[in-house]
Amino acid sequence: MIERLAYMYPEIALFITTCVVMVVGLSRVQATRNATAVMAGLGIVIAGVLAFVTTPTGADAADKAAGQVLLPNLAMYMKVVIAGVGLLLLLVQAGTVDRVEEGLISAGARGYDALRANRAEYYAFFLFSLTGLMLCASADSLIWLFLALELTSLPTYIMVTISSARNKSREAGVKYFFLGALGAAVFLYGFALLYGGTGSTNLNQIAFSFSAHGINSIAMAGLLVSILGLCFKIAAVPMHFYTADVYEGAAPQVSGFLAFVPKAAGFIALMLVLSAAGWRFERGAAAPSLSDVLQGGVTRASEFGHSLPESVRLMLWVIAALTMTIGNVLALLQTSVKRTLAYSSIAHSGYMLVGLIAGPADSFARSGIAAVLFYLLSYGVMSTGTFAVLAALERRAGPDGEAREVDQMDDLRGLTATQPVLGWVMTICSLSLLGLPPLLGFFGKLPLFTSAIHAKEYVLVVVLGINSAIAAFYYLRLAFLPFLEKKDEFVEVVGVSPFPSRVLGAVVSAAGVIVLAVVGGRVMDTVQSAATTGVQAGPMPAIEPVHAKTTGEPGV
Amino acid sequence: MILVALILIPLLGALLVAVSPSGSSRAIAMMATLVALAVSVVAAVKFDYHQAQAMQFAVAAPWFDQFGITFSVGVDSISGILILLTCLLGPVCVACSTTAITERQKTYYAWLLVLQAAMTGVFASRDLVLFYICFEFTLIPMFILISLWGSTNRKRAAIKFFLYTFTGSVIALAGLVYVAWHHADMSGGNWSFDILTLRDSADDMTAREQGWVLLALMAGFAVKVPLFPVHTWLPLAHTEAPTAGSVVLAGVLLKLGTYAILRFVFAFAPAAVVEYAPLLATLSIVGIIYGGLICWVQTDVKKLVAYSSVAHLGFCMLGMFALNGSGVLGSVLYMVNHGLSTGALFLLIGMIYERYHTRSMKELGGLASKMPVWSTFMVFFVMASVGLPGLNGFVSEFLCMKGAFQASSAWGSGVWNSVGGPLPGATAGNLGPWYAFIAGTGVIIAAMYLLYMTGKVVWGTLLEPAGHGHGSHGSHGGGVSHGSHESVLPADLNRREILTLVPLAALCLFLGLYPKPVVDALTPAVSNAVRTVHENAATSRVPLAAGGEGVRP
Repeated sequence: MIERLAYMYPEIALFITTCVVMVVGLSRVQATRNATAVMAGLGIVIAGVLAFVTTPTGADAADKAAGQVLLPNLAMYMKVVIAGVGLLLLLVQAGTVDRVEEGLISAGARGYDALRANRAEYYAFFLFSLTGLMLCASADSLIWLFLALELTSLPTYIMVTISSARNKSREAGVKYFFLGALGAAVFLYGFALLYGGTGSTNLNQIAFSFSAHGINSIAMAGLLVSILGLCFKIAAVPMHFYTADVYEGAAPQVSGFLAFVPKAAGFIALMLVLSAAGWRFERGAAAPSLSDVLQGGVTRASEFGHSLPESVRLMLWVIAALTMTIGNVLALLQTSVKRTLAYSSIAHSGYMLVGLIAGPADSFARSGIAAVLFYLLSYGVMSTGTFAVLAALERRAGPDGEAREVDQMDDLRGLTATQPVLGWVMTICSLSLLGLPPLLGFFGKLPLFTSAIHAKEYVLVVVLGINSAIAAFYYLRLAFLPFLEKKDEFVEVVGVSPFPSRVLGAVVSAAGVIVLAVVGGRVMDTVQSAATTGVQAGPMPAIEPVHAKTTGEPGV
Repeated sequence: MILVALILIPLLGALLVAVSPSGSSRAIAMMATLVALAVSVVAAVKFDYHQAQAMQFAVAAPWFDQFGITFSVGVDSISGILILLTCLLGPVCVACSTTAITERQKTYYAWLLVLQAAMTGVFASRDLVLFYICFEFTLIPMFILISLWGSTNRKRAAIKFFLYTFTGSVIALAGLVYVAWHHADMSGGNWSFDILTLRDSADDMTAREQGWVLLALMAGFAVKVPLFPVHTWLPLAHTEAPTAGSVVLAGVLLKLGTYAILRFVFAFAPAAVVEYAPLLATLSIVGIIYGGLICWVQTDVKKLVAYSSVAHLGFCMLGMFALNGSGVLGSVLYMVNHGLSTGALFLLIGMIYERYHTRSMKELGGLASKMPVWSTFMVFFVMASVGLPGLNGFVSEFLCMKGAFQASSAWGSGVWNSVGGPLPGATAGNLGPWYAFIAGTGVIIAAMYLLYMTGKVVWGTLLEPAGHGHGSHGSHGGGVSHGSHESVLPADLNRREILTLVPLAALCLFLGLYPKPVVDALTPAVSNAVRTVHENAATSRVPLAAGGEGVRP
């Protein structure tokens, strides 16, 4: 067990930071309290560096005989990405909680009261969620995965609730919590079935069992149910209903957090579960038909020709097509920017599912996994940019002292004239989300196209193309309302929030959208190695057979 | 490096416009476009015409190794002449905006320059992804030009323009990626987006695959041309765009579609293009006649010229799908000629609009007595557009029809074959005399609508819109961009406007009287393209004659 530590230095660093933040955030000295965010940022940077330096990869990982061997290099890449995007998100979180309270304290109207302050908890939850996300990336067993997913999600319920003083945030938090619990229950049930079908919770052993004995009907049910449950995390149809309401209710910076963190967790989990179920098998043999799989009960591993068991592929196919289409079409109908972005985030999950269906391959351009991993990074940067613009804008404080947020499309009219920087960030990030070359979004989508074509999923490619075109309609509105339109006279003036780091976050995102498009080739090399599956074809080494447990050998 | 310079000069100009005060925008833009024009002329001089079919001035730098994407540029004579056209229209567009654009000049000129850079990039690219990037990026500047400086219905026009072309090009992207994937699959995972490399492996695709590729690519490029059923965005965009926007749209943007068809559809779906040439040619002819008939009933002069573009591009496409030397040569010449003459017509209409704030034929008439210089130019360019022998339009129109006429050894398809025996001078191809004959009626229709319009607007009794008598302008103009500058315009054209038109007129005359140098320059590249199509079609995986599931013999 001790060798697992080699994978966990980043998480440990984050956890220590979290503990420090919880204490520092409660300091009676205002200057110390103000340093909370800086410390959190430092912690994330350290975690990122540790992830880059210490995470065992490749042969090293096999030596350690620890961690999952299905996607052995996933952890390092994902953790660095998580730290990077997490830092961006942290910039945007400035001043989310305690703003009025701190204002009163500064004015001398009130003394510091730890019970009224939320800052320590807020940043601690933020870091806890990132820790959970990193733990997902290095998960090797279903139990670990479940706990990591919950550690990612539970803090977000509270972050949504306390992100603003509006009742809408509370409503969103409650809604998110209950539906989240439902989603968790579904995939936990799926995990349980997987355990029932294979006799192990260890992903390596499950994979071994599948390749040795085939997938029996219990395990197949478990697979399908876990995928359905994980759809909640990635906000895919039919588990997407919460998305728009929650994003709208939460403060924009928290919505931005939700658009990346739980989604990334969901995709990591899906990748792990799916790579246990298939993908390792060489292409070319005839795929078993759906009826064979449904009726036959047990499918021999040698019968797998397609990248995934047919029923799993079919389910993902339908979910992907529906998710893209429903997300984009509903996004067309919105007048609220956050709701638009929420539906568009659903659509982007659909795009990424296409990559999951395409599955792994030997080169970046053919590998759907690599496409998804690169897209996660691209999407994280682009969507953080758009949410950061919303977070950086506000109307002046009302009678309750709470600054009102900017959320209607009409509020963005003529933004570039008054706030050129934020206006341009909105334009650039929206065009990138649209997938317009030469911005990052285009190079994110290109591997999805190539990998899907390689997997001969032509219909999905067409669906993806048509959806990109539908998306053009609302992204154009988002991109050009600030730039081309004139401000409505009767709409109240929109100002910049007094937290420069939010603007900084927006600018860094937009810069990332451009810079990553230029140097993306380098990143793609890393992504390709991260997407390497443990075994391309043939028998899997370094996995203990399932019966090892029963003979009393220590489990991995 | 000269091509990179041609892309960078307008971009740097745009940057300079963006950082300098608004008053100097136009001067900077003029300077940048003139420098680009000068550089392009230098390039034309340095071009090796003995190797006109080879890619010259080539520069390549790796970009995304995983996909074999490179930043790779190079021109043969076909792309070269289109780049020349682009660079020529640059200063023209700046000049014609002098008094028309008074608001947000900085934004306007910056985007105009970006547009020029993107268009140059399209013609210069030798890498598919670079091509696609530039191709798509032309949408943004044009969208902005239309929606900020267009006339009353500009929002709708801009959105329609963007969505039509974007939807098409996403599907085209799928087709292009399929071609690249196919190459990678054949060559064991070596990705490449180099156009020539992909062309050489395209004949490994089965006829069925090529059919799908053709469909996908045409979905993107036919919209841009525009070919008959997908042309509806064009009249709206043309009518609503500011003058310079219309000039660029007619002059260059439409040619992106025809150029892409020549470069990519020919290269990547040779067997399919041979097989579907009759269908595509039929669509072109429908466009010629349908567009012409619609022109006939227009009362808006600008809309009339816009629809005439649909008809004219129909000729261009007809020549291209003849798939023989004269047809494709005529088609390429048509791209240039249409850019010159229709571009000039839009300029002339813009000049009228600036003075009278109307484009309605009901309110305008007999301008010859009031604006003799304008009328001279108008008649000249109408004649060029109609295809009067001695002017440029005639040469290309004739070549296109000749190509279609000769493009088969038979008279046409089906029952008509019995009419006559094999034709002398016939070339390979699937069209025939009947295509040329029916398209020929389009020439007559073109003469009718354009002369009718000229007769109404230029000759006839003098008719001016109310309140717009001599010297009193500016009471009712709807567009945002028509502010206070009317008073500086004389009744007839001023020196700047004449200077804008003279180079275009001179070129029309030159290309009409002595097209030989241009034809000589284009011929090697054109015959290379034609030969490659037929060779690759013959070696495609399923010979068309077999029509079955065979493999290459």
